[in-house]
Amino acid sequence: MEKKDHIFSYKTLFYVLLALLALTGVTVGASYVHLGKFNVWMALGIASLKATLVLMVFMHLKFEGRALILSFLSTVFFLAIMIGFTFWDVAFR
Amino acid sequence: MISQVNDPGKTDEAGKKLGMWLFLYTEIILFGGLFVLYAVYLTRYPNEFIEGGKELSRMFGVINTVILLISSFAVAAAITAVQKGQRKIALWAIGGALGCGGIFLVNKYFEWGHKIALGIYPNSDRLLDGPDGQNMFFGLYYVITGLHGLHIVIGMTFLAVSFGFVLAGQVTAKRFALLENAGLYWHLVDLIWIFVFPLFYLII
Repeated sequence: MEKKDHIFSYKTLFYVLLALLALTGVTVGASYVHLGKFNVWMALGIASLKATLVLMVFMHLKFEGRALILSFLSTVFFLAIMIGFTFWDVAFR
Repeated sequence: MISQVNDPGKTDEAGKKLGMWLFLYTEIILFGGLFVLYAVYLTRYPNEFIEGGKELSRMFGVINTVILLISSFAVAAAITAVQKGQRKIALWAIGGALGCGGIFLVNKYFEWGHKIALGIYPNSDRLLDGPDGQNMFFGLYYVITGLHGLHIVIGMTFLAVSFGFVLAGQVTAKRFALLENAGLYWHLVDLIWIFVFPLFYLII
């Protein structure tokens, strides 16, 4: 565990907010471009980028200890298994 | 860790935070399961899902996204303020986040109300007589946005309690796990919306 708590400046937090708002604009704009199936992947990609910003800065994950980082990554790993195996089942039924 | 156990004046802030994260993992899996359902039915009924997405108001979706992002920023700023010992700024920031949550719920009320007036609600004649894919899309829409709305209400309660403790001077630069955990919960609610918004409102 991290002993000393990291303090984000108001300025950093505000820039992250601006980035999140800009990415919201990008995802809305991208939805007007017809790319077929690729649209969903693009939307998910931008959403994941936004989620990473929120997790790293707003949720302080960037400065957390190993216990939190590893447990979070294993949650994402199990989520991927859940999604992957479901599609494996549905696709070959 | 050991010194903290021996010193009754100190509390285990890191342990409290880890506990909150463990709970958040269960929330991620809960909503993850619903997103799996969405994904499977999207591949089965792509056209009906696109038609359903067109029925939703993009404007409401965008406004609610912006509101939640601003509220997340406010909560993060409140924690910075508490760490710096600026209690007044912290209180304004938490209050602002609570206001944003309130606006989000009011928007949701109008949005759902409009859908229900159009005859789109679970078990409505319009959905039962329409194509299966449409029924599936709006079923998922009501379950996911409903569960998310419930999380907004719980998150606001959690933030309001933290507001009270900050006001009472119980949350300080040395001891702010309560506010931090309320903030983590609030950010998770925002994270879920970040995925709900494009999947339901922007699908084409």
